Amino acid sequence: MILLWGSNARETHPIFFHHVLKGIHNGAQLFVVDPRRTSSAQWADKWLGLDVGSDISLANAMAREIIASGLAHTKFIEHATSGFAAYREHVEKYTLERAERETGVPAEAIRQVAHAYAQAGSAQLCWTLGITEHHNAVDNVLALINLALLTGHVGRYGSGVCPLRGQNNVQGGGDMGAIPDRLPGFQHVENDELRGKFEKAWGVKIPPKRGWHISGMLDAMERGELKTLYCLGENPADSEADRHRALKLLGGLEFMVVQDLFYTKTAELADVVLPAAAGWCESEGTVTSSERRVQRVRAAVPPPPGVRDDAEIIFDLARRLGHDWGAPNSEAIWNELRSLSPMNAGMSYARLEEHGGIQWPCYDEQHPGEIFLHGRLWQEPLLGPRAPFSVVEFEPPTDMLDAQYPIRLTTGRRLDSYNTGVQTGRYASPLRGPETIDLAPEDGRQYNLHEGERVRVTSRRGSVMAPVRFDPGLRPGLAFLTMHFPDQVATNDLTIDAVDPKSGTSEFKATAIRIEKCTEE
Amino acid sequence: MSTKETTPATSKAAQEAAPTPLIPIPRGPVPQAPPERERRTVEITIDGQPVSVPEGSTILEAARKLGVDTPTLCFLESLTPVNVCRVCVVEMEGSRTLVPACSRKVEPKMAIKTDSERVRLSRRMVLEFLASSVDVSTAPQFAGYMERYGAQPQRFGPTAATVKQPVKIDNDLYVRDYSKCILCYKCVEACGVDAQNTFAIAVSGRGFSASIATEFQVPLPESACVYCGNCIGVCPTGALMFKSEYDMRQAGTWDERAQSQTTTICPYCGVGCNLTVHEQEGQIVKVTSPLDHSVTHGNLCIKGRFGWQFVQIEPAESKTE
Repeated sequence: MILLWGSNARETHPIFFHHVLKGIHNGAQLFVVDPRRTSSAQWADKWLGLDVGSDISLANAMAREIIASGLAHTKFIEHATSGFAAYREHVEKYTLERAERETGVPAEAIRQVAHAYAQAGSAQLCWTLGITEHHNAVDNVLALINLALLTGHVGRYGSGVCPLRGQNNVQGGGDMGAIPDRLPGFQHVENDELRGKFEKAWGVKIPPKRGWHISGMLDAMERGELKTLYCLGENPADSEADRHRALKLLGGLEFMVVQDLFYTKTAELADVVLPAAAGWCESEGTVTSSERRVQRVRAAVPPPPGVRDDAEIIFDLARRLGHDWGAPNSEAIWNELRSLSPMNAGMSYARLEEHGGIQWPCYDEQHPGEIFLHGRLWQEPLLGPRAPFSVVEFEPPTDMLDAQYPIRLTTGRRLDSYNTGVQTGRYASPLRGPETIDLAPEDGRQYNLHEGERVRVTSRRGSVMAPVRFDPGLRPGLAFLTMHFPDQVATNDLTIDAVDPKSGTSEFKATAIRIEKCTEE
Repeated sequence: MSTKETTPATSKAAQEAAPTPLIPIPRGPVPQAPPERERRTVEITIDGQPVSVPEGSTILEAARKLGVDTPTLCFLESLTPVNVCRVCVVEMEGSRTLVPACSRKVEPKMAIKTDSERVRLSRRMVLEFLASSVDVSTAPQFAGYMERYGAQPQRFGPTAATVKQPVKIDNDLYVRDYSKCILCYKCVEACGVDAQNTFAIAVSGRGFSASIATEFQVPLPESACVYCGNCIGVCPTGALMFKSEYDMRQAGTWDERAQSQTTTICPYCGVGCNLTVHEQEGQIVKVTSPLDHSVTHGNLCIKGRFGWQFVQIEPAESKTE
């Protein structure tokens, strides 16, 4: 059984979805939880069209139903988890009827998915930004993890929890320590022993405290604590929620360097722009995919004249700052990483080549890598700490609907495009039309709109114009926009930067808007 | 593989404490996939040579194991065999008709001939019928096969019927030249249950007027096509061709000998699809994917296959509008 939650993988992870389709053809059940009846949901045995941001209510009600029906995996819970009693007591409040009220999903459908998930021989629970781009992102994820712990669908072949990563190396960025509190290999910067290992190898002191994530950086700019920014391969001037605020803060920096393939909106605000080579086809290195598979990227074409590899730029910068690291060599850099990060230790370039990538952790050159994680939870006796249940409460999205802003706007990707369109805007996709505000046909009738008509879309923070398209996959009261075409429709003028305090993610998925018919532009 | 502990983490106190990101999780056992069902071995003879292969293998797989080169056109490892081209046929002792090697499963004591006069004649006829009616000039395997079997497609004379028709160019990503189509069904399979499950194309018409078509023969942009290009990836004749390649061939600048192929990872989502970048004179000319990789099995989406233009826009054009 595959439970796809807040993910339109058919369009956002098409080749992953090929594997799902193979499963479906082999008899696997697919359940899709998504406010929209997406092209993924069209393949599902059952689609649960919940109201945006009501995921925790749905998950908790599923848990209550599973426990009440005696379908919880008692043996696994006793063996490998903690906090079950408090969790059981907490979810007791989430009756099917309450969840139907809060989520808009019929109680019977919730009961069905709960039973199907608990009774499946193996079950994958996969999610994407529909779970994480919320003000309570981490709580949403914990609510799903609870379900996997409750049913023992974790740490076994064919069963697990899986966030589908949205970028070719967002996992690799985390692996390499590009997150506020970790060094490479997820080694915590506040652990003296682990940090000491890096300090010894590098011959420098590393600040012993976690840094900021991107939302925290914007707040620090606002407080005047962050005045200089070195921005590599990111376009926050277009990609951040509540763009007006982001533009103001980025524009107010004392000094900003942007290193990018393109002269992006962010680069326009920079003091120095360093043209960089394309990581995937003009330089050598590795990336990590969603399934923790570390694979080699290779230079296939030379970069344009005057454009340099990221590593070359950074090495040169180090030289100017008084540190001669020699000439950059991707394999040597990787081998240094392997010597410091145990989970990558066995991944020589030769082995990555031979095996078509290796899934971490891979502790030594005899280790095959791991096709799934958390098998330790089934070890007798239990190996390592118990996996905790988390008590999480449903909280509706921050940007409340009211008479003035009665429509829920959610955002996402379309098949042929990607993020702010910096890359995908440059090929001639026959699927691409002008960006539209997608509405339920019922809402179109209510507002007396026709397809193609330009309307004004207004949130509490901004207002944009966009042509209307009707999407029968949207329920009345739900609208959809992408952020692929900021020059046509600046979607992030509308979105709210209500930030999840634990992950720093903004609530891109839930904005309160109104639609106004207009006679002039 | 044995369990190797690196941290004494089985103590009661360590387990009851809530896990903290400050302390690494101990190393567990290496996870294993369930063992594959054991398959019996089947022994057959091919051209008098004995060979044993697992039950369920095809004659083609057995022949390949012996190093016997069997021609194929409609067969591909990643697709369900459809048995339409008949170029792989072999003679099987006790069988009235020739059998397709690509799909016929081995049975104990089978005796196969792959190069008998009957097999050679059949293969020659198949190649002659195809090459007399279809433009096979961009089908990489054809010339070799024709030479090997002495095929003389011109013997049907200049008036032999052909499927010649204008090239369909209705979008900027790929062209369809059905003058080159041998109706091998691979594109239909790749668009269907074997990979993409979009079902934008099917075989329409019968006999000599059979052709690959979108619904009601509408142009691609009006069809269900999502431009994954997985049909191009499996086409054995160049009937389906990247627009970039087609344009260069028309201009006479397409030069495969001057091209390099480098496999790297797609720059878009996190699935980790392998891309084989075909380069000529420092420019990307097309992108394919390796058939034998566990992630893609040769398949890509529109972004991976076509979304590479951004790396080769000249600096003067690349300013944000």
